[in-house]
Amino acid sequence: MLKLGLKSILLAAVAVTAFAGTASAGKLSIESWRNDDAAIWKDKIIPAFQKSHPDITVEFNPTAPKEYNAALNARLEGGTAGDIITCRPFDASLELFNKGNLASLNDLSNMKNFSDVAKSAWTTDDGKTTFCVPMGSVIHGFIYNKDIFTELGLTEPKTEEEFLALLEKVKANGKYTPLVLGTNDQWEAATMGFQNIGPNYWKGEEGRKALIDGSAKLTDAPYVDTFKALAKWSPYLGDGYKAQPYPDSQNLFGLGKGAVYAAGSWDISTFRGQKVNMGAFKAPPPAGQKDCYISDHTDIGIGLNAKSANSADAKVFLDWIGSEEFAGIFANALPGFFPLSNSKVTISDDVAQTFVSWRGECKSTIRNSYQILSRGTPNLENEMWNVSAQVLNGTMTPDAAAAQLEDGLKKWYAPHQK
Amino acid sequence: MAQQKDIGIVGLNRNAYLLMLAFFLAPALIIYSVFSIYPLFATIVNSLYLKQPDGSLVFNGLGNFKTLLTDTTWSGPFWNAFRNNCWFFVIHMCVQNPIGLALAALLSLPRLRLAATYRTLIFMPTMLSVVIIGFTWQLILSPLWGIAKMILASVGLGSFFMPWLGVESTALLTTSLISVWQFVGIPMILIYTALLAIPDELIDAATVDGLNQFQAFFWIKLPLILPALGLVSVLTFVNNFNAFDLIYAMKGALAGPNYSTDIMGTLFYRTFFGNQLQLGDRSMGSTIATMMFLIILIGISIYLFLIQRRMQRYSF
Repeated sequence: MLKLGLKSILLAAVAVTAFAGTASAGKLSIESWRNDDAAIWKDKIIPAFQKSHPDITVEFNPTAPKEYNAALNARLEGGTAGDIITCRPFDASLELFNKGNLASLNDLSNMKNFSDVAKSAWTTDDGKTTFCVPMGSVIHGFIYNKDIFTELGLTEPKTEEEFLALLEKVKANGKYTPLVLGTNDQWEAATMGFQNIGPNYWKGEEGRKALIDGSAKLTDAPYVDTFKALAKWSPYLGDGYKAQPYPDSQNLFGLGKGAVYAAGSWDISTFRGQKVNMGAFKAPPPAGQKDCYISDHTDIGIGLNAKSANSADAKVFLDWIGSEEFAGIFANALPGFFPLSNSKVTISDDVAQTFVSWRGECKSTIRNSYQILSRGTPNLENEMWNVSAQVLNGTMTPDAAAAQLEDGLKKWYAPHQK
Repeated sequence: MAQQKDIGIVGLNRNAYLLMLAFFLAPALIIYSVFSIYPLFATIVNSLYLKQPDGSLVFNGLGNFKTLLTDTTWSGPFWNAFRNNCWFFVIHMCVQNPIGLALAALLSLPRLRLAATYRTLIFMPTMLSVVIIGFTWQLILSPLWGIAKMILASVGLGSFFMPWLGVESTALLTTSLISVWQFVGIPMILIYTALLAIPDELIDAATVDGLNQFQAFFWIKLPLILPALGLVSVLTFVNNFNAFDLIYAMKGALAGPNYSTDIMGTLFYRTFFGNQLQLGDRSMGSTIATMMFLIILIGISIYLFLIQRRMQRYSF
């Protein structure tokens, strides 16, 4: 009774807003959790679209990020959701497609502008159907303080050995924290550590796919070696890094007290705000390895409500999202979030431009725990947070860390039980 | 009996009396039913169903409980959380309540000046948001810019400093002590009011008989406030096994390092609402919540049947 009452109130509330959005033909409404970006959509992205398509009006109707999934589901069930739906990566959106809420977008002509890696977050497990246009990604690497590098006469490292030698030099000088990373929040260790340098070891997509089909195990050399490389960072982390939460990491580097920061590209705007004179280098591959791989993680996509009354117009809009014009606007309006299309984009922020330039030098991959492998219990992503933090804390050996990950995965994932 | 009915109760006829009864009972009954009893039963019902891969729910009897207690994937984290929670409770019982008692005893000294000020100051943290408490203590204990490190260093004990919140062996103790610091005001106030209720004549008589302040406290006051101490223990038990927010604010839903600060509340939260890529699991989450309810129920029953019944009460 109570539940029903609440549900109908919710539905009635969303119905009012949705009817306003679907009143006339040629009018599209976008569902999104990016309320931070509302001004950018209203002032830059939508006007640019309407310049070339004056007959279609578009409205951006965001919901707060925490409520987005629940509110969107309620609206989809009640048939009052907007025409265009912003897609979370992987399982959350896949569930919507399987329930028939999202339409297949295989026939969009601009879909050819995207690589398979870019599309993987919004493609069915068999790889046949893509249901969202990839919009943005975040790239991992290292951000460094240029002033400190000049002061100590350091240059960007090209290999892992040079990287460790550089950290040693900063440590010997004693004035600055060599590498800024904390393990208190755990995800930092996994995301900025393990997933940042790992692709070089497991050869990006090749290794990621081998894990999914079961031909590679997490106890194989590449994964143990990644943990071994991670363990070598411990002496160079800040004083008491074990109790250092993420905002402390940001401040340590932002205040100019750290030389190198294990980064996600979204940190760029934070450090711009703190006026750090910074540069960036990609995860340095181990000595002797010619190919390099970067974590270029798909984060946000956009799809079509299968029950939209305006699907023809909506497809025109989604096709435009796949165009070079959109990529250029998106990249410059939100430095640190990069368009996923293959079109060449120039970004005015030089650090963001450095990050995106690695796509031309290295092969891209996404975080290996995100597709399929985190569907069971124990949850692989949670396990990675835990063991990565422990390896950096020195309370777990690289071998034990790899073994714990594989044991957990083996408990529920059939391809690893052979 | 029949005659009594005619006379009515408290001067009202039967119907009017029943109406009045309903009128005064209704608000509590409705509020408790909607916000306490209904959710409790809904949780228990949820815990009996199992979510299928296609999203539908199938009745599973006590199967979820069997999974939780016997499947190592679930039982490992569950018993770990239970053990940590017991420690959390033991630390509160051994540190928070004795300190609360001592503070109450000091506050009730007749010649203490500024008693009201101390009382307010000590009670203040209890009223602050846990988020503020967590943030403040994280700053105090921060190895980067925390004041704890500087204070220790200034008295020559700098080498004793550790990133306590981040080390497996000390993280739970540290978070427990922060919680003790926050909530010490509650036992203090409860015991303080019990102490105030003791008539001065008793103490005067004891003084005349030659007892000093300490002896009077141990031999006269302490036995008289035992019921209050029992109440404080039960409250501590219930609050500790329902605790969640402080750990979540300082250590996140994964309660690291290596789940060393994971208690029942954080385990429940992670299971029910999910974390990062882990989707929420209503069935198993409800199973854990039901276990928490049972643990608290057992604890309270032990107190009610074994301890409270034997407690002697004095009336003045």
